[in-house]
Amino acid sequence: MDFSSLVTAMPGLVSGMMLTLKLLVLAIVGGVALGTLLALARLSHNKLLSNLAGFYVNYFRSIPLLLVITWFYFVVPFIIGWLTGTNEPIGAFYSCLVAFMMFEAAYYCEIVRAGIQSISRGQVNAAYALGMTYSQTMRLVILPQAFRKMTPLLLQQSIILFQDTSLVYAVGLMDFLNSARSAGDIVGELHQFLLFAGLVYFIISFGASTLVKRLQKRLTV
Amino acid sequence: MIRFSSVNKWYGRDHHVLKNINLEVKQGEVVVVCGPSGSGKSTLIRTINQLEPINDGEINVGGVIVNNPKTDINKLRADVGFVFQHFNLYPHLSVLDNITLAPMQVKKMSREAAEQLAMELLERVGLANKKHAYPANLSGGQQQRVAIARGLAMQPKVMLFDEPTSALDPEMIGEVLAVMQQLAESGMTMMVVTHEMGFAREVADRVLFLAEGEILEDTTPEAFFTAPQTDRARQFLRQILSPMHG
Repeated sequence: MDFSSLVTAMPGLVSGMMLTLKLLVLAIVGGVALGTLLALARLSHNKLLSNLAGFYVNYFRSIPLLLVITWFYFVVPFIIGWLTGTNEPIGAFYSCLVAFMMFEAAYYCEIVRAGIQSISRGQVNAAYALGMTYSQTMRLVILPQAFRKMTPLLLQQSIILFQDTSLVYAVGLMDFLNSARSAGDIVGELHQFLLFAGLVYFIISFGASTLVKRLQKRLTV
Repeated sequence: MIRFSSVNKWYGRDHHVLKNINLEVKQGEVVVVCGPSGSGKSTLIRTINQLEPINDGEINVGGVIVNNPKTDINKLRADVGFVFQHFNLYPHLSVLDNITLAPMQVKKMSREAAEQLAMELLERVGLANKKHAYPANLSGGQQQRVAIARGLAMQPKVMLFDEPTSALDPEMIGEVLAVMQQLAESGMTMMVVTHEMGFAREVADRVLFLAEGEILEDTTPEAFFTAPQTDRARQFLRQILSPMHG
């Protein structure tokens, strides 16, 4: 096999990987933040709030991610244009980012909810008894403990998200996989480029997964 | 300081857990609440800071009506210290941070002032050398002493204790009771749910005996231990003081 064409294509592949990682990190940050708010809403005593959050989670967990991505590709620019009153195209990247954030939030929500529920009621009572508000209690007492417990699960979910970012090919975004595919197409060595891409995905995902398992062991000891 | 007027509480529809409670605790008084399990004694002191809401009647703490929806409950709670059976220290924070968290967040104290106060209180409970330790590395008795310091850091008008020694190994009960006795002697208004009859006898000004949600006896320790008025109290004392039950 001749790998010289891989070397030539490397700058394109690297910029594809940068896009993948940028999308991944922003989607994790936004997804966990939104997921945490959803979890708090689901655990709320307010029936309306908890039902709305429950509907959101069940809805997004019941439809394919690919559908969400394509759907948002058409809808998000329209909504943002309507909100800001401009016709500036916002592009595939941001529509994908919003899609991932909203879709993953449904999964992060369930992890965060279980994490919050695993903290004993006594912790809430102790904070309340000292005069702390609901938000102080959550922010300073419950969530720090819950996040510690659920870090491995959040990371595991994020590794799945890392693989799922490849679905952006559907709206023509040049992520790592799409860059590799198109570069391979151009030089007529598609199989080599796809094998290489597979290897990279495997190394990153498996490496991260191994690290998570090690972390999990350390946290449970 | 604390006044219950015709307080009633139900769990669900059928379980009448507090029955027409009338009670007054004066400033500086130390009141021990005892009674068989399920008598409502923990519920009673939890209603004082609204960890348990009541259904009927009125609770007044230092002039503030606890069960009035207009009352700022967080402000009230800041004035009422509460010590739990299972300590409930924050496991992710050091001893010092456990104590300074609420003064800084709720009372907006500066870190320096809060830490200085925390150190004074740790000194008082004999744990100044543990300020950087985490709860998991402390014994039960030490954790409970930190929990008492945490409650005192809010400079409360009243301290409530919900079976503070029930989760402790026997050899650690004494150190916690000593801290509580010292606190009582400093003039703190206290309500203590406990089975420690020695503490009741030596430290309490009054003993309340609860059974099935009713206050059956409300008297001095002397009178309660030597001449209980009800059969229920006599039976309780026989059980708890008999050598077979330690």
